[in-house]
Amino acid sequence: MLEIDSLTKQFFGLTAVDHVSTRIEQGQITAIIGPNGAGKTTFFNLIAGTHAPTSGRIVFKGQDVTGMRPDRVARLGVARTFQTTNLFDNATVLDNLIVGHRLRTHSSLWDVLINSARLREEERLCRAKAMEALDFVGLAHVANRIAADITQEERKRVAFALALATEPELLLLDEPAGGVNPEETVGLAELIQKLVRHGKTVCLIEHKMDMIMQLADKIVVLNNGEKIAEGTADQIRRDPHVIEAYLGADHAAV
Amino acid sequence: MELFFQQFLNGLTVGGVYSLVALGLTLVYGVLHVPNFAHGAFYMAGAFAGYYLMSALGLNYWLAMLGAAAVVAVIAMLSQVLVFNPLRNAPELHDMIAAIGILLFLEAGAQALFGADFHRMPTPYGQIVEVFGLTAPLQRLLIIAGAFGLMALLHLFLNHTVLGSTIIAMAQNRDGAALVGIDAGRVTLLVFAISGALAAVAAMLYAPINLVYPAMGNLVITKAFVIIILGGMGSFPGAIVGGLIIGMAESFGGFYFSTDYKDIIAFVLLVVILSFRPQGLFTGKGARA
Amino acid sequence: MMALRTRWPWFVLLAAAIAFPLFAANTYIVSVMSLAFIMAIAALGLNLITGYTGQFNLAHGAFMAVGAYTVGILTTDYQVPYWVAFALAGVTTGVLGYFIGILSLRLKGHYFSIFTLCVSYIMYLLIEKWESLTHGTVGIMGIPAPTGVGSLQFDTPIAQYYLALAFLVLGTFLMSRIVHSLLGRAFMAVRNGDLLAEALGVDLMRTKTLSFVLSVIYAGFAGALYAGQVRFLGPDVANESVTFDLIMFTLVGGVGTLMGPLLGTLLVTWLTQSLQFLQDYRMVVFGPVLIALIIFLPDGIVGTWLKRRARRADAAASLKAATAQGATTATGTETRHA
Repeated sequence: MLEIDSLTKQFFGLTAVDHVSTRIEQGQITAIIGPNGAGKTTFFNLIAGTHAPTSGRIVFKGQDVTGMRPDRVARLGVARTFQTTNLFDNATVLDNLIVGHRLRTHSSLWDVLINSARLREEERLCRAKAMEALDFVGLAHVANRIAADITQEERKRVAFALALATEPELLLLDEPAGGVNPEETVGLAELIQKLVRHGKTVCLIEHKMDMIMQLADKIVVLNNGEKIAEGTADQIRRDPHVIEAYLGADHAAV
Repeated sequence: MELFFQQFLNGLTVGGVYSLVALGLTLVYGVLHVPNFAHGAFYMAGAFAGYYLMSALGLNYWLAMLGAAAVVAVIAMLSQVLVFNPLRNAPELHDMIAAIGILLFLEAGAQALFGADFHRMPTPYGQIVEVFGLTAPLQRLLIIAGAFGLMALLHLFLNHTVLGSTIIAMAQNRDGAALVGIDAGRVTLLVFAISGALAAVAAMLYAPINLVYPAMGNLVITKAFVIIILGGMGSFPGAIVGGLIIGMAESFGGFYFSTDYKDIIAFVLLVVILSFRPQGLFTGKGARA
Repeated sequence: MMALRTRWPWFVLLAAAIAFPLFAANTYIVSVMSLAFIMAIAALGLNLITGYTGQFNLAHGAFMAVGAYTVGILTTDYQVPYWVAFALAGVTTGVLGYFIGILSLRLKGHYFSIFTLCVSYIMYLLIEKWESLTHGTVGIMGIPAPTGVGSLQFDTPIAQYYLALAFLVLGTFLMSRIVHSLLGRAFMAVRNGDLLAEALGVDLMRTKTLSFVLSVIYAGFAGALYAGQVRFLGPDVANESVTFDLIMFTLVGGVGTLMGPLLGTLLVTWLTQSLQFLQDYRMVVFGPVLIALIIFLPDGIVGTWLKRRARRADAAASLKAATAQGATTATGTETRHA
């Protein structure tokens, strides 16, 4: 579904991502792991369009999306979450989600000013999709709660719901279980599996190894911007380069 | 040649003052992370404090300058304690609005205390001197010496003292600095105090060849902002170079084109440069705040 | 998104506004109020770009001046009929806003605000110095009142009051359409964060520019109405203090709400008029009040009220759900014990 070919990003002499190539297969869960500063979020930023790569290619469903603007990438079907999600704290959770489906609508300023039938229909649709997404992540009961009042774990789920409302095919999740306790992490992992059962493809960055090992169909390991390993959980667990990167060269020999 | 020298001197004078103001602004930006729109009011307060000290209490020029620096340092610290500190976790918009509130208060206060009229600050250095066969007003030479001398002092302080390094550390990484034991609260207060003092000294240096009035800070502060955007928020050399560029541009532009529109030069420069380089001239971080 | 979905407060306000001139002590107060309505239109515009879209535009007052001067110059120097000049005021501010928008909106956060501050100064200086066009510090005098339509004449304070009110109602109505629509939600997404908004498919430049242009058009029309009512213009119309006033009004009422700017403008104008001592010390009090507001009541009157109301509604709903749960459990227990 997503082909990444020799992707590179340089910031004023610092190479954040260094000739990384990989494939994200449809319907699978791919995890990107690596020590801090390995370039994982930059990698996501390149795919999602936040940064334009210095060189390399990104092909999504056969279309070259290298350097495409983020809103266009989103419209093509790539949704992403961030490590911290800025919700509009003064509004309800549902209110926050309605804009998620807007990218699939077509109303113009004129429609807005005259409150046309098209606008009303599209607003109804967005609201329905928002509720659907909220329901999917199991938070229908907080639809009318003020966004400032929900827990961290609920916030993470709302972030998922927001991404879902855009009707994506590929979801890029940046540390979806960040700041969440082990019990809640299990719940979020189940949610990710539910996403895949419903036909989505997921690529996530995470540091929680148990979660990764259980969830991921494929793991890509980055260190200092380079891809140092790629494979199943078992393969990665035994890969000496990975062990060296995380624990230091002493342990690699073991 | 004489005319050219005059304009060059003018440019140095004005540029020096602008640089001082911009330096104070950029210092505070390093710890506040929001532009301090009240900085122009600090500048104005410095001029008025000095004026009061000189005219009502009869202090001499240099003592009045010291007094003014002290007064504005206190005002700046109060601003931090009463206004910016309570807002440290609020959205940035709130900081900006609060700064405007301080600006309005200081301006209105000056107007209530001293009236809206223009005041002249008497200068003890009104003579003209001869420099290498060219004539120059002594006050201007003093401004140049004072401004650049102060900048050199500041540079030494920031880069060669422990206290200075803590300021730089905090500007770069507030949380990291706290981790190594730097007391963020005290350092922030110090930065505000220095910034206020710089503004006051700049005002006192420049006031004798200009007028003192409540709105005098407005134009200066907007130009200081232009300088900082061009030179880069938080950049020390950027503030100095930017100040000189604007100073020279105004001096020569005002003379050769039109004095009426010389104030616009700085802004036109800003518009032109930002249109081609939205991140400013010097910086890597820049406009994508 | 906080919406005053209940309609009755609006109708109450409208009724009060319509009835006001009948009870007013003199025509001076009526003029003050119609000026407040005009400022409220401008405040609505500022609220769109700053409150809903999160871009702190410090040049808003200057755009109001552009609208005012467009009417002033066209009617007095070129004998253009008022309503034609009025329409052109909207066009001029819109076009100017478009070009300044695409220039400035590429800048993020503080740089944008500073840039607009500088734009504001340029406009002020231009108005002051470009004497051949704007009459400089002398100003423009003798601007005609809005020309009558049919049998309606607009040259008395009361007539102008209702004219301003009519435009305010129209402006509020259109603004409510905008902010409650998907477009309004896109604006708010931009305010919440550029990155997230883009990830949701929002075209940043296009959306921000649209918000900017719409907001300054409001300012432009407000300026045009101002010119027709006050009938004299000077460079002070472009002074920063106009923008600061508008910020204050919006803040008091509630940034990012629809009724906020209206309520704020009317309230502050009313207060400063009726409390005479405030008038004299108005300038000194203004600053600290602004600071106190931003520290203690950042959501403004309307914002705080809406937030409380939504919290109470949600708490009531949760309580209901919990009680229903409790009732079921109790029944279950009872059954077991029985």
